This record gives sequence, C-alpha cells and structure tokens, in this order.
Amino acid sequence: MKLLVCISKSPDTTSKIDFTDNNTKFNESGVQYIVNPYDEWYALVRALELKEQFGGSVTTISVGGVDEEPIIRKALAIGADDAVRIDSEAGDAYYTAFQISEYAKSNGFDVVFTGKETINYNGSQVGGMLAELLNIPFISLATKLDFNGSVATIMKEMVGGDEVIELSTPFVISAAKGMAEQRIPNMRGIMAARTKPLQVIAPAPCDHLVSYESYELPSAKKECKYVDANNMGELVSLLHNEAKVI
Amino acid sequence: MSVLVYIDTLSGKITKSGMEAVQYGSKIGDTTVITNGAIDTNQLAQLGGYGASKVLVNRNLLVNDASQVSRLVKAAIAAVGAKTIVFSQDLTGKAVAPMISASLKAGLVSGAIALPTADGKIKVNVFSGKAFGIVKVNTEKSVITLTPNSVGVTEGTGQATVEDFSADLGAPSYTTKEIKKQEGDILLPEAGLVVSAGRGLKGPENWGIVEDLAKALGAATACSRPVADIGWRPHHEHVGQTGVAIRPNLYIAIGISGAIQHLAGVNGSKVIVVINTDPEAPFFKAADYGIVGDAFEILPKLTAEINKLKALN
Repeated sequence: MKLLVCISKSPDTTSKIDFTDNNTKFNESGVQYIVNPYDEWYALVRALELKEQFGGSVTTISVGGVDEEPIIRKALAIGADDAVRIDSEAGDAYYTAFQISEYAKSNGFDVVFTGKETINYNGSQVGGMLAELLNIPFISLATKLDFNGSVATIMKEMVGGDEVIELSTPFVISAAKGMAEQRIPNMRGIMAARTKPLQVIAPAPCDHLVSYESYELPSAKKECKYVDANNMGELVSLLHNEAKVI
Repeated sequence: MSVLVYIDTLSGKITKSGMEAVQYGSKIGDTTVITNGAIDTNQLAQLGGYGASKVLVNRNLLVNDASQVSRLVKAAIAAVGAKTIVFSQDLTGKAVAPMISASLKAGLVSGAIALPTADGKIKVNVFSGKAFGIVKVNTEKSVITLTPNSVGVTEGTGQATVEDFSADLGAPSYTTKEIKKQEGDILLPEAGLVVSAGRGLKGPENWGIVEDLAKALGAATACSRPVADIGWRPHHEHVGQTGVAIRPNLYIAIGISGAIQHLAGVNGSKVIVVINTDPEAPFFKAADYGIVGDAFEILPKLTAEINKLKALN
C-alpha cells in the first residue's frame, strides 16, 4: 500500500501568540515548532500502522522552506520511509493543496492523509481541495480506518452522529482523534531519520485565492468575579441581569 | 449580489447553525438556499423568516456524501449565478466547501465569525481561538464557512418560495454501512448554553447532577478530554483542541482544571462560569464568574435557583 501523509509545522500548543510588522506577521521569536498534532498523532501514526500490517511505504509531504525540515525529520524518526518538501513558503490552503496534488498525481498513492486541521489556521481546507484537484473522494474527520484488501472501512463524524462507510482506494482522508495514538520516536528512529531520503522539489506556478491581511488578539479578559458557593441565587441573578445569558 | 447558502437538514429539521448561515448570507445579498434530504415544504418556506428568497431542495439525496453534495451545490451555483457561497463550518461544510473552492478556483474563507466589511475583508478564528485573522478574497467568487454561534440568529417573518431542484449527482463516493445517531436533541456545536464537567465529578455515575442542571437550563452537555478518553462520556461531548471547538453564550465548567488544550475549544464562549474545589485551577483565569467549592453541593442548589428563575419568567 502506497501512502502519502501531508504534514505541516505548527507552533507548540502552549506558545504565546502575538504578531509583528503592524500585526501582519506571526511573531516567531521564542516559538517552538512541532508537527501539527493531527498530522502526526492521527494521520502519520495510522499510516505507519497500516504499512506495518499490509506492507508498502509511507511518504510525508510538506510545503515550506528549509525551516520545515526539523519537523520533517521528526516524522521520519517516528517511522516514515521518505519525505518530500516542496520548496516554497506556504501561501493559502489552495496553494498548498495544488502543490501536493501536482506531486501526488505523478506518483500514484492509494491513500492521501491529512490531519483534520492545523492548530494555527484551523481551516480544514487542504484535504477537500486536494481530493477535488485529484478527482478522488474526500472522507473528512475520520476516527477509524481499516482495510480488507483494497476496500477501506471508515468511521467518520457527521452532523449529529457517526457514520460507518466503505470505499475503495484511492481517496483522501482527514484524520481526527480516535484514529491512532501518539508515538514517541526512539533513538534508533532518530538516528535512521538523518539518512532517510528527503527530496526537495520546486513549486509549480499557482495563484493565492485568499490572503491573510492582518491579525488581531482578543481583548483582555476581565477579572473573574467570585460568587460564594452558598449563594447560587446571586450567580443566577448575575447570569440573568448582568451577563444576560439566561 | 447573488448568494447561495448550503444547509444540512437533520431528521427532517433545519439546524440552528443552518438558520444562522442563511441569515448571514441574506445580509450579503439576495439569498437562495440549497438543501437536501427528507424535509417538508412548509419548514423550508419558513427560511424566508431568516432572509432567504428562494429554497432549492433535492429530496433524492438523503446522505451527506461530500462528492454528491458538492455536485448539487455546483449545479445550484450555476443555476442562480451565485457569487458568494456560504456554508456553516460544521462537519458537512468542512468537507464540501474546500471541494467547491478548488473546483471553481473561488477563495475560501473558513471559520468566519463576522460579516464581510465594506471592502470585503472577513474576520476568522485562527491559532485555535487565541487570535483572529482578517482575510481578503482575491477571486471574483468566494466561499465562506461560518463558525456556529458567531453572528447569532433572530427569527423574522416571511416565506421563501420552495422549488425541487435536480442535478446530476454522479455515483456515491462510498457505501454507508451504519449511522450512529447521538443521543439528545441539542447539537453541541450550535448550542447556546453548555454545561460541561470533568474528572472532578469522580465517576460517570455522578453525571445526574450535571444533566439536571443542563435540563433546567435547556443546555447541551459536554466534557473534558480525560472524561471522554476513559469512557465516562461519549466522545462527541469532548470539547477542546482535539475534540470540538464551541462558542456558546454560556459555558459552565464543573470540575475541569482548564488546561490550555481545553481552553482552545471554549475560549470563544461569551460567558464562562467555573466551578472547582481548587482555587488555583487555571480555568479561573479565563472565567467571568468563579465559584470555589464542591460541585456535589453546588450543582443541586444552582439547579434549584435556575428552576426558580424559570418559574418566574
């Protein structure tokens, strides 16, 4: 089974978020980058489990500059066989999806994995766009994925519940919690990652359909107002008369 | 400007986030709604009260196969000449909107929390609710997915015309084997009031007092990650970074310490009430109202006071 996993870097969950250049750029100083958790914990690890079960290969693909390489090496340390980096600053989601689709088209994969979203842009955009560009089905927010031959059984979230479905490869799948458990790379994996192939390819020309013009931080939260545990009448009155939410 | 809004129907009903998306669209331009599923004409006509002038319905498409919904929406875009296409940022919108965007090369703004400004810029959630981005669309057509509970919804009067709409939907992209419906009537992502509890409740057998409070308020129930992971509560109730992100008017957190990953899922809430025995719980820093004390004593009293208020109004 030939598997492609899209991975992206994102700031560590506990990073302090602020902006520079008149609020047009994310302030990267002191920020630790990690593999976007959904890409790593769920998409990559499930792909590796499937490879271990059925054979084949796991390739990761990222769109980004040289500063993307530490997280690519991390994915190789966890167990991916090889990696592709499309050498370009990622623009919008369409740009990223287009670059990945150009590579995927000429390399024929059975399953293309993405995480359900990145924790910095929270867009959930690349997977659906990629499927459309590759003209193959898109299965979003999958929580389980198993195979019987070339037929996949998938549990996915739907509005108001879950759905169990079957389809044949190829398809694009976005992975959510439930798909797999996080794996910590071991020393052997980390050593092996250094010499695994990382192919750098030039981007194909593509427009940006949207641009992020600027950023804002939420206004500072007011001090918490404490209410005595024996006075729930006061809390209800505050929620009704002051906050006006009930 | 011509606007097309796609909404889901669920068990023959229109969801609240669907109504919100229709009203949002109607503030941008003349709005046509496209939907599918087994739903009666009267209900659809009532979308006129939320600003829709016309509703197109395909009753043959019962499931939400993203490929087929995408073909249905594309046919409707062509039929009405829509320039702006709106979805709710729910599970269907997250799947279908990117497909439409890539197919039409129309810029996608996902997770909008406000109407476009006069110069067409749209505010969205980024960094898991820790910041906002201002997005500009560079293409003639645009696709917007609206974060539930971000602009609210007010019911008005008016009737929309309802027409059957057929399109070549192609073959389904998958076979559905089983659908597992959630229990409860209130969908968590669109709930206005949410009562949520964590490990402080000590065991699943103690959830009765949480459910009583939720029932008194007409709220949805939610939980923290550890509680979903150990199986005390169903996984769809898990709010936080890896679960669902919500932005209700009121979020009551009971026995939840408030880890940063949990806050990422609820920091869009308008008002947060935190109930915890530990006065040092980090959640109090994000709270509007805090109560330090034992949930087992506090909740029955709070429920009684809510019922008293409801009886008066």
